[in-house]
Amino acid sequence: MTNTVRETLWDPIAGFGVTFRTMFKKVVTEQYPFEKVPTAPRFHGRHQLNRWPDGLEKCIGCELCAWACPADAIYVEGASNTEDERFSPGERYGRVYQINYLRCILCGLCIEACPTRALTMTNEYELADDNRADLIYEKSDLLAPLLPGMVEPPHEMLISDDHHDYYKGKTLPLLPADPAADAKVNPPGAPGEDS
Amino acid sequence: MTIEATQGTAEAVELITLTIDGVEVSVPKGTLVIRAAELIGVEIPRFCDHPLLEPVGACRQCLVEVPDAGNGRGMPKPQASCTLEVAPGMVVQTQVTSEVADKAQQGTMEFLLVNHPLDCPVCDKGGECPLQNQAMSHGRGESRFVETKRTFPKPINVSEQILLDRERCVLCARCTRFSEQIAGDPFIELLERGPQQQVGIADDQPFHSYFSGNTIQICPVGALTSADYRFRSRPFDLVSTPSVAEHDACGSAIRVDHRRGKVMRRLAGDDPEVNEEWITDKDRFGFTWTAQDDRLRTPLVRNEDGELEPASWPAALAAAARGLAAADGVGVLTGGHLTAEDAFAYSKLARVVLGTNDIDFRARAHSEEEAAFLAAHVAATRLTVTYRDLEKAGSVLLVGLEPEDEAGAIFLRLRKASRNGLTVRSIAAHASRGLTKMNGELVATVPGQEAAALDAVQLEADSVILVGERLATSPGAYSAALRLAERSGARLAWVPRRAGDRGAVETGCLPSLLPGGRPVADAEARADLAAAWGVESLPSRVGRDTTQIVEDAAKNRLGALVVGGVEVDDLPDPARAREAIEAAFVVSLEVRENEVTRAADVVLPVAPPVEKAGTFVTWEGRLRPFDAVLSLPASLPDLRVLAGIAEEMGHDLGFRTVAEARAAITETGPWDGQRTAAPDAPVPGAVKLGKGDVVLETWRQMIDDGRGQDGQDKYRATARPAVLRANAATLQAAGIEPGGSATISNKTGSATFPAEVADLPDGVVWVPANSGTNLRSINAGHGTVVQLSGGNA
Repeated sequence: MTNTVRETLWDPIAGFGVTFRTMFKKVVTEQYPFEKVPTAPRFHGRHQLNRWPDGLEKCIGCELCAWACPADAIYVEGASNTEDERFSPGERYGRVYQINYLRCILCGLCIEACPTRALTMTNEYELADDNRADLIYEKSDLLAPLLPGMVEPPHEMLISDDHHDYYKGKTLPLLPADPAADAKVNPPGAPGEDS
Repeated sequence: MTIEATQGTAEAVELITLTIDGVEVSVPKGTLVIRAAELIGVEIPRFCDHPLLEPVGACRQCLVEVPDAGNGRGMPKPQASCTLEVAPGMVVQTQVTSEVADKAQQGTMEFLLVNHPLDCPVCDKGGECPLQNQAMSHGRGESRFVETKRTFPKPINVSEQILLDRERCVLCARCTRFSEQIAGDPFIELLERGPQQQVGIADDQPFHSYFSGNTIQICPVGALTSADYRFRSRPFDLVSTPSVAEHDACGSAIRVDHRRGKVMRRLAGDDPEVNEEWITDKDRFGFTWTAQDDRLRTPLVRNEDGELEPASWPAALAAAARGLAAADGVGVLTGGHLTAEDAFAYSKLARVVLGTNDIDFRARAHSEEEAAFLAAHVAATRLTVTYRDLEKAGSVLLVGLEPEDEAGAIFLRLRKASRNGLTVRSIAAHASRGLTKMNGELVATVPGQEAAALDAVQLEADSVILVGERLATSPGAYSAALRLAERSGARLAWVPRRAGDRGAVETGCLPSLLPGGRPVADAEARADLAAAWGVESLPSRVGRDTTQIVEDAAKNRLGALVVGGVEVDDLPDPARAREAIEAAFVVSLEVRENEVTRAADVVLPVAPPVEKAGTFVTWEGRLRPFDAVLSLPASLPDLRVLAGIAEEMGHDLGFRTVAEARAAITETGPWDGQRTAAPDAPVPGAVKLGKGDVVLETWRQMIDDGRGQDGQDKYRATARPAVLRANAATLQAAGIEPGGSATISNKTGSATFPAEVADLPDGVVWVPANSGTNLRSINAGHGTVVQLSGGNA
């Protein structure tokens, strides 16, 4: 193959021209892990199991997330709430909840499947480890942190005796002394939810 | 299963031709339109319709348009196809071709969903729910109902085991019809009316039926669930394996659902020839016994200090082989729970390796007459009486058998047939609830006197006689049953209580019988088997039966025992058996720890049926092979362990896997030579009772203290109460008030039950054999004489 004049003379100049121009542009390299840049707001990161405002779990152990999962990364076992031990409103709760992040492809189909919006995704993306066992997240790893006003289950239904009221959006019947505290106790939606 | 139920095999059927969706189809007279449509591949949605229940037309989901009812006129409105019989020339248009039918079905579905809660995510039926599925296929996508749904407090217990979520119910009446038509326990019924209509029970009468679990399975929504399975898993993460129930000799087809190596539930399989679509609650819920804490996981060998300590398989097999080789004579007790393949391995081990005929599967009361009866009439026969024959018989005579408690599938067949006119008679001391439900007649007799009653009975030639294993305690009864069959031309079948009993007979786990029904006493039969097995000769002396094996082991005349799956308290004399297992060198093959394993010198853990393949032989002689549900390489079937012992002793059983054992059984084949003579025991005279003496009638209730039901407390809570039944005069003579406590006692011990008046003859009492007290532990059984007294002993 014979090189044309354009290829031998012009192309190197054009190529180095790109290099030269870039030297005067803003650097796009992110200094991860020294500087952490926020993700896009709807980035699919680690899952979170949300809570009702009184701290009860939203998960009812229905396993629809596990059914929807194309990677078979989720394992759920349901169980009955009892009079003495209540973890969620209604009859059923997720006794075992595991997500295997070696399998999870963070596609979000589980989020779509969840009938109670118990499962959502956070923006946390640091999901690497050096062993298998630690990458299987248990329910305790996935549950949302307790916000002010929330009580760690098991406990009674604090919002209403009828579990339907939870789904109708009823919130805690708390009457704090000043409105400022009220705002703290009852934040509009848990973090990560509906992000 | 579509139209097969109405169709005989040989009878000519009148065919009727009609047109469904433009397709001409000919079906037997009396077929319902909904099933005729199935034949051309059109599935009409339905909830209340069930092929084994009578049509009711309750849910109205199966509406079709009938432009011509066969008489040239159309029906003015859509008709329920599940109650509409076909007529010649009828024209039917289903939802496939008719907009009217489709709209009618969608309307019905909308009505059904008006009050149905959308709690599918927490409902056990979600994922396998006919309402869910048919709402998707035949309903509207969006609900127009915006008002508040009717709710009920949920769930309520209709029994300890069965839970009812009333708001999910679509009032199809499948459960109530099943209870009334099939099980005969109409404890649930539709109550109230209008929107408040609901399934319910009477306040003081919970749904205590032996067949209650079937209502869960046929419920087309999630209204009925079991406390046992509630919220345990979802259908889509279960792995289903067809199998065979191990709790009785019926061979019911079941489906075992497991998840992550753990059985979650069992459902009825569909086998029209055996159990149709029903199983007993014992078959449904009795699966947790294999996962109890006392499960043996590793071989144990008794060390020099006399302690059992864990050992490796090779060490344990070698220890077993050493002990057996050193012993002066070995007896083999196999129990009644083995698969045919495992029983065959015991049988061959005894004959070829141990050189003895001292093998007996009967871990219960037994007699020489019974062994002769089995050899003469039962062994190496197949399907001489089947479930279908029971339905077609002119009458059925039960002797020493209570099918409702001991063989649920037979009971349901007999009850079905009795509703169609079959006469059921039972030779027993009183009319049990099961017999009453079959509209049966009682031929009243005193326990132990069944022979005389059999001699007095007249039967037609198209009758069937079913004899239970209890007759072993009634001298002369088997002989009399054979005489009656001979005299009347009626067919006779033996119904054992345990799943492995018939298989053990076929594979020669009897002292007088070799595999394939070959009599030990017959030199020709021995030579035939020796040739088939490729051995020089087989032991020719008829062996010892269970009682003699136990007796001789206790007296140190038998050096060692190989025991597989035997509970000491089931044996005829438990106290003697305890001495025997203490005295002899015992090799125990067990699933779970029990008295035998605690006394044994070598304990070899074996697989329960759920972890191995095998074959159960039903009372009919039908082979019911099944595969392993859970695949656990460390869980070995008995035959693999026995092959290991044989190898250690320098022999080769010729098989190490279930498949090889099956091939070996086939190769051995049945004996086609001379059968042994039928037993001819004399009819015993009447027993003279002393003061305070009564004769016991007893059998095991279905739900009792048997270890196969361990881990199922809610199921056990549905058991019938353990009561003592006697007539008023007998109770009065002993000074017992009805409802007060009554005690039966003998030299060994006593047992106390609340007393109840029933139609027993004078001087006879009925008590359950293993509810609260195992009667064998006080040396009492069917036909034994005990003392009856009031109050607690």
